[in-house]
Amino acid sequence: MPESEGAAQSETGAAATVPAVELSGITKRFPGVVANHDVNLRVRPGTVHAVVGENGAGKSTLMKTLYGMHKPDEGTITLNGEQVVLHSPADAIARGVGMVHQHFMLADNLTVLENVVLGAEPRRWGGFGLNRAAARTKIREIGKQYGLEVDPDEMVERLGVGDRQRVEIIKVLYRGARILVLDEPTAVLVPQEVDALFEALAVLKGQGLSIIFISHKLDEVRSVADDITVMRRGTTVATADPKTVSSRELAELMVGSELPSPQTSDSTVTDRPVLELSGINLIDGARHLLRDVTLTIHAGEVLGLAGVEGNGQAELVESIMGMRSVDSGTIKLTGDDITSWSTRRRREAGCGYIPEDRHRHGLILDAPLWENRILGHQSRKPNVRGPLVDRAGARTDTERIVREYDVRTPSIDVLANSLSGGNQQKLIVGREMSGNPKLLIAAHPTRGVDIGAQTAIWDLLRTARAEGLAVLLISADLDELIGLSDSLTVILRGELVAEVDPSTVTPEQLGSAMTGAGEAA
Amino acid sequence: MNADTVRRVGLSLAAPALAIILSLAITSAVLAAAGNDPFDTFKQMIEYAKEPRTTAMIINGSVTYYFAALAVAFGFRMNLFNIGVDGQYRLAAMLAAAVGGAVSLPPILHVGLILLVAVLVGGLWAAVAGLLKVYRGVSEVISTIMLNSITTALIAFLLTTDKLAVQAEGSNNIGTKPIPASGQVPGIGLVPDSPLKVYGLIVLAVIVGFLYWFVIEHSRFGFDLRAAGRNEEAAVASGVNVKRMILISMAVSGGIAGLVGMPQLLGSSYTYSLDFPAGIGFTGIAIALLGRNTALGVAIGALLFGFLDNSSQILDLEGVPKEIVMITQGVIVLSVVIAYELVRRYRIVAQQREVGRRLSEPPAPAAGNDKTPQGAQA
Repeated sequence: MPESEGAAQSETGAAATVPAVELSGITKRFPGVVANHDVNLRVRPGTVHAVVGENGAGKSTLMKTLYGMHKPDEGTITLNGEQVVLHSPADAIARGVGMVHQHFMLADNLTVLENVVLGAEPRRWGGFGLNRAAARTKIREIGKQYGLEVDPDEMVERLGVGDRQRVEIIKVLYRGARILVLDEPTAVLVPQEVDALFEALAVLKGQGLSIIFISHKLDEVRSVADDITVMRRGTTVATADPKTVSSRELAELMVGSELPSPQTSDSTVTDRPVLELSGINLIDGARHLLRDVTLTIHAGEVLGLAGVEGNGQAELVESIMGMRSVDSGTIKLTGDDITSWSTRRRREAGCGYIPEDRHRHGLILDAPLWENRILGHQSRKPNVRGPLVDRAGARTDTERIVREYDVRTPSIDVLANSLSGGNQQKLIVGREMSGNPKLLIAAHPTRGVDIGAQTAIWDLLRTARAEGLAVLLISADLDELIGLSDSLTVILRGELVAEVDPSTVTPEQLGSAMTGAGEAA
Repeated sequence: MNADTVRRVGLSLAAPALAIILSLAITSAVLAAAGNDPFDTFKQMIEYAKEPRTTAMIINGSVTYYFAALAVAFGFRMNLFNIGVDGQYRLAAMLAAAVGGAVSLPPILHVGLILLVAVLVGGLWAAVAGLLKVYRGVSEVISTIMLNSITTALIAFLLTTDKLAVQAEGSNNIGTKPIPASGQVPGIGLVPDSPLKVYGLIVLAVIVGFLYWFVIEHSRFGFDLRAAGRNEEAAVASGVNVKRMILISMAVSGGIAGLVGMPQLLGSSYTYSLDFPAGIGFTGIAIALLGRNTALGVAIGALLFGFLDNSSQILDLEGVPKEIVMITQGVIVLSVVIAYELVRRYRIVAQQREVGRRLSEPPAPAAGNDKTPQGAQA
């Protein structure tokens, strides 16, 4: 964790220094909805300022305002004491505001250097050539100055998540940003990578840059931020001092109510195996994506799979769902060998799947909710009758899911992309729980959803477990993993390397096991 | 709900209306720039279209276009761009004509056989592109374009007097052996007072259009197809065998394409000769875009293109270059693409706002129950 060196000095000098960013009285209306009203935010130069709030609290709208993506209806933006009007992100960049998006915006098939200079290329030969040498020098300088070292000539597709994020930050610094907005930067990182990020932020801060840090993860916010501003329902409701406020207090400010925790109650594990994998190997060219994976999940058991992203989790899930065919090994579902079954047959046999990326794998965004309810269940009642789609049946059952799973929507005819992430996810969970599944694969089930939906989804997973489902849980949120799982397995480079007891392991120990650095508890 | 329906219908009409207004405006500007009176020109076209003979020609042209556009649209629904409709229908028409001229069968069977050959040839020819895509990862855009060229060469090779062709009586033209009366489809006197009858296969066009709508909108197969077209990865995760869907939909698209030449072949020319119309497949792409890949929309688009093609014949006589119509057609397609995208985006944003508005209770202005230990910021 970084030393908050800036904190002591700025605590006293706060009144004297000109704030790097001052947003006052910002109101942004969209027809029919006020996304931000009377928002006030003051970021002292050379500090990390955290903005916390639930999804939908208006953080993104506010950051879009600061990044010039839209103009506020009321209120002023003051950067380093100068009141400005930002017409576009280009304006914001010109004034030293840089944004690192939650979802990386990198071209995989280009090198680090090419990604960094994209849109701001140093020219030569009268503007026709890309001056790689100049770019390379500058990137190296940035790397040295801020401790963000990445090989400029490496292809981005070969980089890990932490390095990709570093490239995103370099991209912004390359354009001369002095004010950095980081949108949920730790969502995709493991603890060790988070530490590395925070060290980098400490260096940036030490060099006088100001950082606005948007996050859900309150422990991290408390350790990295110098100031915290809490948003709720479109406005700033409080500021807090990270040194004195507890995570619980912060969360209560965000939600305005009591807090959930992911603990599971009594064990419901039975001795009836539902999913049995034995000796699964998946090979792509020379790479072993999965090596001798053997595991069993029983009815009523939640098996947590911990691992740094990209260590074979996605491939394992796709193998179980039949989206990839394994090179050797067998997959059994309640005793039946399903290794050669198609995805559809596996689904019909009772495999439910909450995919990691709901937009890519779980939904048809431009289709209405009731059509999305059919997805994955195209061959089963109540969605179809013989070879025809049963619209009435599907619609009625969608109404049921919306009701029972608390999907907040005005109607089942709205397109899936109109719903918030949490509600989309509840719809998916409800859908996958329909049709009596035996096995539920939940990959990052609460990623990017707000606390309210998170609690609801945890409850649903617990209910599923109590009803005797076997659940394979994959998550980057180690608290969630430890809290919900009956047993935990660590995957590293496609191999199951350790089993840990979720009742005794700490997130730090689990994090070490995931990187292969230390011994698990 | 009722207001919603009105809104929805209004929005779905907004895009085509916008597109037509835009293209009329641009065409008028071009006409005016060339020194012609736009209103007078349009009036002449409409007057000419009202003549019974022209009306029948418009309908006949539209029937042909309809098959071509449906073939393209079927592929589009699966996110496949079948540029090869042109080659598929020409090869299908040529071989079907050759078979039809070579056999003699009872009337209905004869027609049935010719149609079957056309559908099979079109479907198999398109399936080549499907196979290449599934097993070799070749983009169907590239392979179908190449298959078009291969078709041209193949027809040139086969349509010679020592192979499938015969010399037409009293002309230099060569074509397949004429199809006897049992294989011909009589016209329908749909337009009163018209000396020209409407192709009998208009009935088939209506049937295929209905089937298209029914299969896409109401069948499981159609659901899988649309799912794969809109989000292939989600479709795979939901259990759709996308490779099989690609093969099937390429083949179906080609099968429909096989029908493109049939109204003309069975309704008027009875032979595939050197002057058999070519290029209809490309017009079909434009019409599929115009009709947004729906059975009804494509029908309207086909009629519009049929109207423009035929009513423009009068323009040359009136001293207006009829090429103006090609400008109009191009402008319509561009306008439609733009207008639909604009309306689509507007719709998504409007709906997101609507959902946001309906779900969020108006934020309590004073937010009285806020626990703010350090006070709200100044």
